[in-house]
Amino acid sequence: MMADSGSPEEQVAVIGNTDITPTESENNIINTMVEKGTSVLKKLEINVAEAEKRTGKNTVNMQETYTVYLVETRPSETVPSVSPPPTPDTLWRRYSEFELLRTYLLVTYPYIIIPPLPEKRAEFVWHKLSADNLDPDFVERRRVGLENFLLRVMSHPVLCKDKIVFLFLTEEKRWRDAVLETGFQDKADSRLKSLSAMFRVKSPDKRFTALKQYSDELNTAISQLLRVRARVADRLYGVYKVHGNYGRVFSEWSAIEKEMGDGLQSAGHHMDTYAASIDDILEEEEHYADQLKEYLFYTEAVRSVCRKHELIQYELEVAAQDLASKKQQREELATGMVRVFSLKGMTSKLFGQESQEQRESRLAALEQSIQEGEQALKEKNAECQEFVQTAWEDIERFKEQKDRDLREALISYAIMQISMCKKGIQVWSNAKECFNKM
Amino acid sequence: MNCRADMLAKDMLDLEEDEDLEVFSKKLLLTDEDPVANSPSSMLNQYQLDEDEQQTGGAKDLLVTVDSPESRVTAIETFIVYRVVTKTARSEFDSCEYEVLRRYQDFLWLRSRLEESHPSLIVPPLPEKFVMKGMVERFTDDFIDTRKKALHRFLNKIAEHPTLSSSRHFRLFLTAQDFSSRKTPGPGFLSRMGETVRAAAISVRGIKSRPEEFTLMQEYAERFGCKISSVDKVSRRIIKEQREYLDELKQYGPLYGQWAEVEEELREPLNLVARCVDRCGKEAEERLRHLSAVLVPALHDYVLCAEVLKTVTKRRDAIQADLETKNEALASKKADREVAELEKEVDALADRLETANSALKGDWVRWQNDMRDDLKSAFISTAEKNVECYEKCLAVWESFLLSQRRDPVERQDEDAG
Repeated sequence: MMADSGSPEEQVAVIGNTDITPTESENNIINTMVEKGTSVLKKLEINVAEAEKRTGKNTVNMQETYTVYLVETRPSETVPSVSPPPTPDTLWRRYSEFELLRTYLLVTYPYIIIPPLPEKRAEFVWHKLSADNLDPDFVERRRVGLENFLLRVMSHPVLCKDKIVFLFLTEEKRWRDAVLETGFQDKADSRLKSLSAMFRVKSPDKRFTALKQYSDELNTAISQLLRVRARVADRLYGVYKVHGNYGRVFSEWSAIEKEMGDGLQSAGHHMDTYAASIDDILEEEEHYADQLKEYLFYTEAVRSVCRKHELIQYELEVAAQDLASKKQQREELATGMVRVFSLKGMTSKLFGQESQEQRESRLAALEQSIQEGEQALKEKNAECQEFVQTAWEDIERFKEQKDRDLREALISYAIMQISMCKKGIQVWSNAKECFNKM
Repeated sequence: MNCRADMLAKDMLDLEEDEDLEVFSKKLLLTDEDPVANSPSSMLNQYQLDEDEQQTGGAKDLLVTVDSPESRVTAIETFIVYRVVTKTARSEFDSCEYEVLRRYQDFLWLRSRLEESHPSLIVPPLPEKFVMKGMVERFTDDFIDTRKKALHRFLNKIAEHPTLSSSRHFRLFLTAQDFSSRKTPGPGFLSRMGETVRAAAISVRGIKSRPEEFTLMQEYAERFGCKISSVDKVSRRIIKEQREYLDELKQYGPLYGQWAEVEEELREPLNLVARCVDRCGKEAEERLRHLSAVLVPALHDYVLCAEVLKTVTKRRDAIQADLETKNEALASKKADREVAELEKEVDALADRLETANSALKGDWVRWQNDMRDDLKSAFISTAEKNVECYEKCLAVWESFLLSQRRDPVERQDEDAG
C-alpha cells in the first residue's frame, strides 16, 4: 500500500510495473533483444515429454522423492534468418520450478491473466483415482497439464516475449539464478499481502466489479459441477462393474443346463466386456474434467487481476485524497483559518503563536510536499489508465479463448457420451443374440 | 400307522378327485398341446395380450387377469382383494366370462388344493406371504403391485398347464361368487405337517434304488436353485447401483443450467448439455423400471420354483419309500390273510409310484421348456430395453453435436435473423 509519495529519483513510468528497478529496466531491454533475435520463439513446439522420479536432499536437508518432467523445445519450422538453426533444447524441470516461473509472471505482469498450473494435489477424485502425487495416472495428467501451461504461455502475445520464460525453456541450471535476480520475490510478498488486504474503493470501475463477480460465479459453477461429476462417475463405475458378476454367474449356471448352456455362457462374456468398458470411458472423462479444472483455476488469475486493479484504484484515491488534504492545510496556513484540525495548529494555539519564520518554513515544506503529491498523482493516474487499458485487452482475449475452449470441451464431452452409448448398444445387441440362442 | 392308511384310502377312493385323476391318466405323456377345447373362439383373439403373455403366441382358450387391488376393512382385519377376470371358451365353464374378488388367502387355498390333487406335478409358486426386507407397512403400493402381478402370473401358469387348468378347484376359484362358503378346506395343517415330517425322515433314511433320472432331477433342482438365486441377487444389486447413480445424475444436469445463467456465448450449449443429461437420466430411469418390472419378477418366480422342484421330488421319494417299506413288511409276513391285504396295498402303492413317476417326468420336461422360454424372453427383453435406451441417449447427444458444429458464420446469421 503506497500512501506516501515515491522517491523523487523514480521518474520513469514503465508500462505495467508500479515500481521498476534498474535491473528490470535492463531486463526489459534484453527482452526486446530477445524478441528481435528469436522471432522464431513464437513458432516453437513445446513438449513435456516424460516424467521421472528423482531423490535428493531438499532445503532442510531431508531426503525426498519428487518427479521431474522433460521439457523439449524445438522449432516447428526452420527459419533461414537464424543461423546456425537452433538445436532442440531439452531439460528437466520439477513442479516447484513451474510454480516459481508462474509466481514470477504473476508479479511481473499483474495486468495479464496468467495461465494456471495443473493442481498440486488431486481434488475432485472419484474412488478409482489415487490422490497420491506419485501415482502414475496423476503424474501423467499433471504432465499434460504442465505442457498445456507452457503452450498457453508461449501463445500469449505478451508472455511469450519474456526472457525468463525463454531461459526456463533453455537453461536448466542458470534459470533459477536469473529469475531470483529479477528481485520479483520481494514484490511477491507484498502482492500476496495486497491480495488479502481489506480496503474499500470509493468509486469502483463497474467493468472490473462485474468481471470479479463473474469469475466468482464461474468458480462456484465449475467446482460444483466437478464435484457432482466425480460422484456420478463413481456411481456409474459401480453399475458397470456389478454387471461383471453376471459373467461369473451365467458361466456357473450354463454348466448345469443343456440347451441353454451355450447362450448363457457367451452372454456372460459380453457382460464381462461391458463391465470392463467403464475403465476407458471414465479415463477419457478425466480429460474433460481437466479442461474444466483449467478454467476453474483461471478464475483465480482473473480475480487477482481485478484485485490488482482495485489496489491501484485505491492507491489513486488515497493519493488524490492526500493531495487534497495537503492543499487544504496550505490554505489554512496561508489564511490563518483553521478548517482542519492539526496537532501543530492546536499546540501553537495553546502555547502561543508561532513566529513568522516558523510559519514560512512550514509553508515551504508543504508546497514541496504538494508538488511531489501532484507528481505522484499524475503518475498514479497514468499507471491506472495504462493498467486498465492493457488489462482489458487481455481480458477480451481471455473471454474469447474461454468461450472457444469450453465450447470445444462440451463438444468433446458429447463425443465421449456418444462413444459410450455406441459401446453399450454393441454389447447389449451381442448379448441379445446370445440370449436368442438359449 | 392308522392315519397313513386313512390317507391312502382317501386318495384311492376319493370320488371327488376322480375327474381330475381321469383326465390325468389320459395324459401320461404331457405335451404342449392343449387337449381340452381346442377351438379358440374369435372373441378371444380380440383380447389384448399383455407383455407377459405375448411370447406364448397362439390363441388361448382360457384367459385370466388379476387387477384392481382394493382395501377391505372389517371389524377384525384389513386386507386386500384383487379382481380376477376370466374369459373362456371351454365347455366345462357355464359361461364365457367371469369376474370375482379374491384375497391372498384364497390363492393359498387354491395352491394347496392343487398340490394335494396333483402331488407329482410342479405347481407354480405363489408370491411370499410376508415382505422380506422388514418394511414397516405390509401394504405399500409397490408391494401390492408386485404381489398383484405375481398372482396374475400364478393363475396364468395354471391356465396354461394342460392338467392343472382342468382342476375343478381352479374352476371354483375362478367362478364362484359365494367362494368363502364353498371352498372346502384341504386335509388341513396337521396332515401337511405329517407329510413334511415323513419327507424329512426319508431324506435321512434314504431310499434304496432311486431311478437315475430322479436323482439327476434332484441334483439339478438343488443347483438350479443356487444359480438362479445368484442371478436374482446380481440383478437386484444392479437395481440398487442404478438407483444410486440416478440420484446423483439428477443433481448433475441442473448444474449445467446454473452455469449457463452466468454465461453469454456459452449459455446455449450449456443449456443444451443440461437437457441432454436430464434426458439420459430419464432413459436410465426407464432401464431401472424395466428391470424391476420384468427381469427381477421372472427370476424371483424361478427362485421360488426351485423350492417347489425340491418338494415335488421329495414327495416322489416318499411314495417310493412307502412302497419299499410295505414290501419289506410283506416279505416278513406269513399269515395268508395279512399277506393278501399287504399284497393289495403293495399293488396300489406300486401303481401310485408309477403314476407319480410318469407324471413328474412329463411335467418336468414341460417345466424345463417353460423355464427356458420365460427366462430367455426376460433376458432378451432386458437386452432390448438397454439397446433402446442407449439409442435414445445417442440420438440426444448427436443432435447436440449437430447444433454445435454448424458453421459459426451460419450460426451468427441465424442469431441475427
